[in-house]
Amino acid sequence: MSTAAKPELKLGMATREAFGRTLAELGRENDRVWVVDADLSKSTMTHLFAKEFPDRFVSCGIAESNMVAVAAGLASCGKIPFASSFSCFILNKGFEQLRVTVAYPGLNVKIVGTHSGISIGEDGPSQMSIEDISLACSLPGFTVLAPADEVATRALVRAAAAHVGPVFVRTGRPKAPVVYGEGQEFVIGKSIEVAPGRDVTLIANGLLVFEALRAREILASEGISARVVDMYSVKPLDIEAVVRAATETRAIVVAEEHLVDSGLGVRVAQAVAQTAPCVMEFVGLTGYAESGTPDGLLDKYGMRGPDVAAAARKAVARKQ
Amino acid sequence: MQRTQSVDELKQIAKRIRRDIIEMLGAAKSGHPGGSLSAVEIVTTLFWDTMRHDPANPGWAERDRVILSKGHAAPVLYAAYAEAGYAPADALKTLRKLGSIYQGHPDRRFLPVLEASTGSLGQGLSIAMGMGLANRRDNNPSRTYVILGDGEIQEGQIWEAAMFGAFHKVDNVVAIVDYNRIQLDGFVKDIMELEPLADKWRAFGWHTIEVDGHEIPQLQAAFREAAQTKGKPTAVIAHTVKGKGVSFMENNPKYHGVAPTPQEVELALKELA
Repeated sequence: MSTAAKPELKLGMATREAFGRTLAELGRENDRVWVVDADLSKSTMTHLFAKEFPDRFVSCGIAESNMVAVAAGLASCGKIPFASSFSCFILNKGFEQLRVTVAYPGLNVKIVGTHSGISIGEDGPSQMSIEDISLACSLPGFTVLAPADEVATRALVRAAAAHVGPVFVRTGRPKAPVVYGEGQEFVIGKSIEVAPGRDVTLIANGLLVFEALRAREILASEGISARVVDMYSVKPLDIEAVVRAATETRAIVVAEEHLVDSGLGVRVAQAVAQTAPCVMEFVGLTGYAESGTPDGLLDKYGMRGPDVAAAARKAVARKQ
Repeated sequence: MQRTQSVDELKQIAKRIRRDIIEMLGAAKSGHPGGSLSAVEIVTTLFWDTMRHDPANPGWAERDRVILSKGHAAPVLYAAYAEAGYAPADALKTLRKLGSIYQGHPDRRFLPVLEASTGSLGQGLSIAMGMGLANRRDNNPSRTYVILGDGEIQEGQIWEAAMFGAFHKVDNVVAIVDYNRIQLDGFVKDIMELEPLADKWRAFGWHTIEVDGHEIPQLQAAFREAAQTKGKPTAVIAHTVKGKGVSFMENNPKYHGVAPTPQEVELALKELA
């Protein structure tokens, strides 16, 4: 269990920055790590790697399709390429290439999407990646990871590099609330019970993990005991944790900064349906959002602790 | 497998590959004869003269690589791998059948000697660029040859890769355009004209050579010139005839994607005797 079960808001590094810093570390440790970039290295923070390792950093210009397939070529010669861009661009513009040149031959390419979800803010819906988890999970053989904070990102970017096979890591633009203390372990295919509970389980990832912890406090004041699980490994999913949630709390709420009909929620629901059917509710996005501050958007589009708490109340009521 | 520079020997191999293509497609009852036959001399020259490779050691890190970006011409590549001894010749007739290593389009999962899985047009040149960069940094002399269809280069990604190749001076990659002037729906000029094609590649910064893609000496010379060209990648525009070698298939759009009937197989094999 995490050291930070009590939701005191302390903003840490943006997960994209934690990614960029970790990538530079990996560059120092492993000569096989390469980076391909589509003119966003200052935003994706891969410029930190570029500065130290210019001969392993490949500028592709604004051409994501080519970039993904170049990464595939590097991987087929034994390199460990990280291809990074805004999540919406690399997954949408590079999707065909992810499918045919990466997933289909099963090449060891790492895709890191930054500026995911609506919390990118003012740039608006054309830049908001709200379908990336769905697209990435649809690719056979892909591992899909969505870290909640800086500590999680550092660990999961390292796990992605160590894993042999294609991986997608989802990161965000704004500073992320700290959920974990240093030294927390993260394993692909596992999850973390961030806080215990008996009446309902709140399964979340990304920024919604902290919001789920806030929801837990609200629910506690009403006498509802909520478990919080960080399902950072969307694929493979930690089915055992889902079964425990379903059988022990008999109600699950899934909360994510993603389209509600195609993300973590449906994957958890599939696992629940196959193992231990129980009451479920879902918190997520239902369509394209708009420009605004990240905080304003998370408020307006129902991505906050009170929204998760409301869904949990509904789930608990339906259980009886 | 014996590598050779003898044009006569290369022509004999080309003829055997053409026969294999016809027999494979006849047995499969579907597939793409036209674009397989147009690339025969290109593939033959690469495999038996130009490329450094060793069928006894297919994983040799310093081997030259070939990517069939126009993956629908898989039969010509399979026939070459079989003729060279990388893959079983007696299984060629299982092409496109359930469980066959010879999938409808090149698939590394079934035939690991393939350098890339292709079939969705427009992607092979980008993959080659990644290989070229990796090999250059590793001081690996390996060169990568990419066979592109003419219709295929209507895909925008080809031109992303073309810009990339010149900018990064990826001079260990050669793009070969199998310019047979026919694509699925008809003649290229009627679907989406490519001319002036050589000017386009030159404008993108590539050393560009035009050859008759059925004249083996011209291909040999072009690939040698490419190997000597430093600081920029080379594009070889190979003017070819779709369906080359089988009279009723030549320059006939019908045979882009229609396999020969048993009678047509018989006729074609007579012509290729």
